[in-house]
Amino acid sequence: MNAPLKSQGNSNSISNAPVSEAKAMTTTKMNLLQAVNSALDTAMMANPRVVCLGEDIGKFGGVFRATSNLQEKHGVLRCFNTPLTEQGIAGFAIGLAAQGSVAVAEIQFADYIFPAFDQIVNEAAKFRYRSGDQFDCGGLTIRTPYGGGIDGGLYHSQSPEAYFCHTPGLKVVMPSNPYQAKGLLLAAIRDPDPVIFFEPKAIYRASTGEVPEQDYELPLGVADVVQQGTDITLLGWGAQMIQLNKAAELAANEGISCEVIDLCTLLPWDRQTVADSVRKTGRLVISHEAPLTGGFAGEIAATIQEQCFLSLEAPIARVAGLDTPFPLAQEKHYLADYLKIVEAIRATTSY
Amino acid sequence: MAVKNPPQKAQPEPSKQPELDKQPEPGLITSPVFLDASSLVIPTLTQLQADGELCPGAAVAPMSPELATKIYTDMLYTRLLDERMVGAQRQGRLSFYLTCTGEEASVAGTIAAFQADDMVMAQYREQLALRYRGFTTEQFMNQLFSNVEDLGKGRQMPVHYGCRELNFMTISSPLATQIPQAAGYAYGQKLAGNNTCTLCYFGEGAASEGDFHAGLNMAAVLKCPVVFVARNNGYAISTPSCEQFAGNGIASRGVGYGIKTIRVDGNDILAVYSAAVEARKIAVEQQQPVLIETMSYRLGAHSTSDDPTGYRSREEEQQWRENDPISRMKNWLVKQNWWDEEREEALKAEFRQEILAQVKLSEKLPKPALSELITDVYQTPPAHLLEQLEALENHVAKYPDHYPKLGPAHNQSQEGAK
Repeated sequence: MNAPLKSQGNSNSISNAPVSEAKAMTTTKMNLLQAVNSALDTAMMANPRVVCLGEDIGKFGGVFRATSNLQEKHGVLRCFNTPLTEQGIAGFAIGLAAQGSVAVAEIQFADYIFPAFDQIVNEAAKFRYRSGDQFDCGGLTIRTPYGGGIDGGLYHSQSPEAYFCHTPGLKVVMPSNPYQAKGLLLAAIRDPDPVIFFEPKAIYRASTGEVPEQDYELPLGVADVVQQGTDITLLGWGAQMIQLNKAAELAANEGISCEVIDLCTLLPWDRQTVADSVRKTGRLVISHEAPLTGGFAGEIAATIQEQCFLSLEAPIARVAGLDTPFPLAQEKHYLADYLKIVEAIRATTSY
Repeated sequence: MAVKNPPQKAQPEPSKQPELDKQPEPGLITSPVFLDASSLVIPTLTQLQADGELCPGAAVAPMSPELATKIYTDMLYTRLLDERMVGAQRQGRLSFYLTCTGEEASVAGTIAAFQADDMVMAQYREQLALRYRGFTTEQFMNQLFSNVEDLGKGRQMPVHYGCRELNFMTISSPLATQIPQAAGYAYGQKLAGNNTCTLCYFGEGAASEGDFHAGLNMAAVLKCPVVFVARNNGYAISTPSCEQFAGNGIASRGVGYGIKTIRVDGNDILAVYSAAVEARKIAVEQQQPVLIETMSYRLGAHSTSDDPTGYRSREEEQQWRENDPISRMKNWLVKQNWWDEEREEALKAEFRQEILAQVKLSEKLPKPALSELITDVYQTPPAHLLEQLEALENHVAKYPDHYPKLGPAHNQSQEGAK
């Protein structure tokens, strides 16, 4: 089972990991869910004030099993079921964090985060600011599975990250593989600001890789250049990285060299890494599952055209969901998949 | 005594109320009989009569002369502060204000039953609780004038006080959001095992928000040491409580959530205090929530932006003025020989002078520096905020006369800030 740490995904990847430290660690092959579970367990072992709460997360271990065995191991006071109320979970977790505990709340599906929107946007995000730094809820992390690809229809498929990226005071993190999931979640839990941690549920089990058994953190706000290239930059996050990597492979067969960047943290996002890449390649394709209009790709495109205007060889392309509710029967048609990305790569490179 | 408040049913002895946690198995019935709002008879605890005499048989929590006069003078201070600040708003010196007027006993009687290390999470009409804990006139004024010395760094509208040193959580405008937060805060106190609890205030209007239901249910299920105080003051801005809910007040909901609940005469300082002493004891010793519904009346307008003559009668207000919580307590204090008119007049003059003098000082202090615009959004300002600030500073430097003058950029002047 144990093997020395290897970088995730593509063999020529450059990881943002603190490699020297991580290399010394023993690793285990895990899927993304197990990595999340390992992060929670690690955080709870390291700090007795870490508390996990949410619907069905107790004895049952969560509907996806992300919290398996945590109640058994750390006790019912530190890992417990809540009544079925997302606004209550968020509000409760904010209060718990304000008290000095470290609250890790699970919202069962990102589609159900909206009853908690007021608590997250008006309370968590503004808690420190409105008090003049007398109080804060920086110990708050909200974990929630997001995204399509599981035949979930309108209400088990959404990618609501852009709503939260529009809220100063929050941090928004979206891991794309098990190694990131553990390192970023541990960093999110210990970050001094409230973090929304969107987990790509479509690849909870499909995404596997070597993950250190020990405690490690990956820095928030730092993008990961997973593949270097010269002709075009491909940018995404979460489950979309699978599509982007596949598109990059297909493009390589056509002689197009893609630089692939995993943004990892959307708020605050790593403008420097993206801008440096686009200055080099002159082209950018951004993809996300969420609808096009008001999606986070728009924000990135605006910033990059501002910072890299003279380097751009073609308009920045966005590959996204349609501006419709998330469909069921046409899910595969709707999703921003690798073929749509390849088309965008071709259009951009031949512009 | 209630005017325009939920119907008060015949009042059995409190001891005859069924124990909430020992309800018998529900009986079976053979024809459909429905329960309604009157099925639950909720008595109202009252101990002090308007003339200052105790109600016969009143089991009053002990209150020393020192505590009684502290409570009373803080009520008096708050009444005067509110009068003065409404005046200051009318003079155009202040943008906005909210008074506690008429509800002083509901706040004073509860806060006095709690310890200084218990957390208070209030709505916005409970400045008396801050005063009780030692918030100074200077601190009130600095917040009201959002100047450089405001603990909240001039970021919130007047009356959105907060004070870490006094364990008084910063006020938030959205209603009821503090209720589930109070449950969570109290859960943290339970885990810490330090025998503290959380005192959470809100109004009967806020109790219509989803957060109320979420918060009370979670507090009950997760056994959080929190005391909820629903100030039922009859109005949510202009909406009377009869248009706010059809049930038996807020207290009936506490019972529904399995929370130990009591309804008290909110203008009766002794009844409120007696209930609050017991409530804190239950919360801390039994590690569970308690709900107190204080029946009172908002004698003032909702805020300085509101005019109650458009929705309620002077006769109604007059009835409640005659039921003033401050004069009721005064009558009692005088009967105990703990208070007299001479002391009262001297103290009122002193308070008025102190408040007015501080208004003059605080309104002249500079506003927080422009750089405070981006601090505390995050613990450390990220790069994009620093860039945005720099751009703004350059812009303001180009048009210096167009923007109001702010204080100089030095950050650490706020006492109490971390």
